Amino acid sequence: MKLSLPVFLRLFVLALLICFLVRPDWFEPVFKPLTQNNAPVIYNHGSLLTLTLQHLRIVFIATSAAAAVALALAILVTRPIGAEFLPLSRSLVNIGQTFPPVAVLALAVPAIGFGEKPTLIALFLYGLLPIFENALTGLTNLPVAVVEAARGVGMNERQRLVKVELPLALPVILAGIRLSVVISLATATIGSTVAAKTLGEVIIAGLISNNLAFVLQGGLIVGILAVLIYDGLSAVERMLARRMGLSVARAA
Amino acid sequence: MIEIENITKRYGDAEVVSDVSFVVEPRTVTVIVGTSGSGKTTLLRMINRLVEPTSGTIKLDGRDNRAMPAYELRRHIGYAIQGHGLFPHRTVAQNIATVPVLLGWEKSRIDARVEELLSLFQLDPAIFGPRYPHELSGGQQQRVGVARALAAEPNVLLMDEPFGALDPVIRAKAQDDLLAIQKRFGTTIILVTHDMEEAIHLGNRIAVMDEGRLIQYATPAEILAKPATAFVETLIGAGDRPFRFLSLNEVGEAVEPGTAEGEALPVTVTQRDALAELLWSGRTALPVEADGKRIGRVTVEGLIKRAARPA
Repeated sequence: MKLSLPVFLRLFVLALLICFLVRPDWFEPVFKPLTQNNAPVIYNHGSLLTLTLQHLRIVFIATSAAAAVALALAILVTRPIGAEFLPLSRSLVNIGQTFPPVAVLALAVPAIGFGEKPTLIALFLYGLLPIFENALTGLTNLPVAVVEAARGVGMNERQRLVKVELPLALPVILAGIRLSVVISLATATIGSTVAAKTLGEVIIAGLISNNLAFVLQGGLIVGILAVLIYDGLSAVERMLARRMGLSVARAA
Repeated sequence: MIEIENITKRYGDAEVVSDVSFVVEPRTVTVIVGTSGSGKTTLLRMINRLVEPTSGTIKLDGRDNRAMPAYELRRHIGYAIQGHGLFPHRTVAQNIATVPVLLGWEKSRIDARVEELLSLFQLDPAIFGPRYPHELSGGQQQRVGVARALAAEPNVLLMDEPFGALDPVIRAKAQDDLLAIQKRFGTTIILVTHDMEEAIHLGNRIAVMDEGRLIQYATPAEILAKPATAFVETLIGAGDRPFRFLSLNEVGEAVEPGTAEGEALPVTVTQRDALAELLWSGRTALPVEADGKRIGRVTVEGLIKRAARPA
């Protein structure tokens, strides 16, 4: 791949982020003006790198689980046997989305205690809808002639799903996962209010000690991660769609 | 041999196909012609059970087509549709290999078959095999669609308006290719079209359908000479009838002794094309040649006699 300007910019930002996570002290002069009364400039209650990895881990686990469940649900309700569950599963998934993550945390903590688990539950519920809706769109808007051909050549139901329907719907499904990942990346920060190890810790520490530099560091890392992951997944979608000769607009 | 016996298909109160029976001889081309909504596509799709009939039976070589699971039946019947229905996420070679893979052929046998079919359809395997369907022209996509349908060497090939999306020049070529391939493999072909010209050109027999009923099942010559109803006559088009009649036979059968001036016609052109050439050149007779030798002449008068309604 040739190194065009946008690609170069992204690589540069990624390199900058890695530098900051590994050697945050190099960036001290940048954040210095944001602190007062000789407060520490760089977050010092733990390693930023470890927190970032833990943050990513929570998002990864929650989104994978949401993707697995949402996809299974979407496949089920687009089969003839599951068609009557379509309205029910739609409303269930919608409830997951409308329920604020903070409320989920508040309800989950008394039941299962502090730590990672309530955050995982909140992110899982919040991530279901985009993946489910996109998978549903992808699986129900397949080109008629192609689905017909898949039956005509003698594929059974499972073969049609695995060999034709899922691959064709993949770009749209991926778009749903991408949305879900970005939402989870941002939402995971509130998990730190119930003692989950995420980048929210950095932001909360900054808010408590009135240290703007901390808030900015936590926020910037989350923001840059979201932009880079969003871009990366978009590129994968575009590649898949182009290979199939679909216009990029359709897959977006 | 395909035996269609008293096939009826109802959707609710609407009868789409009504009590249709006919027999398709092996290694022939049968064309089902009708207007849209005549039930011709539904009838075709009942042969490979993409649609299940309400009543009646269809037998392939004496076996009821419900004797095995539908998807297994379809692997042994080629199926080509308008707009080709190629899998956009698979290469041309993978598309053609679809049914052999489903049947569990060995890889070497699949590769050899794919290569054979691509060459047969005048597509270089090295160039076109690894391409994706959207990288091909409409005519090439259509050929790949037929190649895929033929990949597992089926005895029967069903085609639903396979040439509908092609421009006239490419369509004529595709039709001739199909006839050549049918001769080579001896495949029994059932083809659905709304185009009587196509039906006369391709069919050994033509089944005319209207409002779910089989109106006439006969050879092209018979359909032209004795259309069963006014509807069949409309489909043929009264103005074109004599010319379509001439198009059924080659000029060889109309050769008369004698000589004539002008450029010789090959013995294999149709009588219609011969008449056209005579009219256009302004002559009353032209020589006919076979294997480079002149074997006689064809005259306007002689052809006109042949274009008349047979007694």
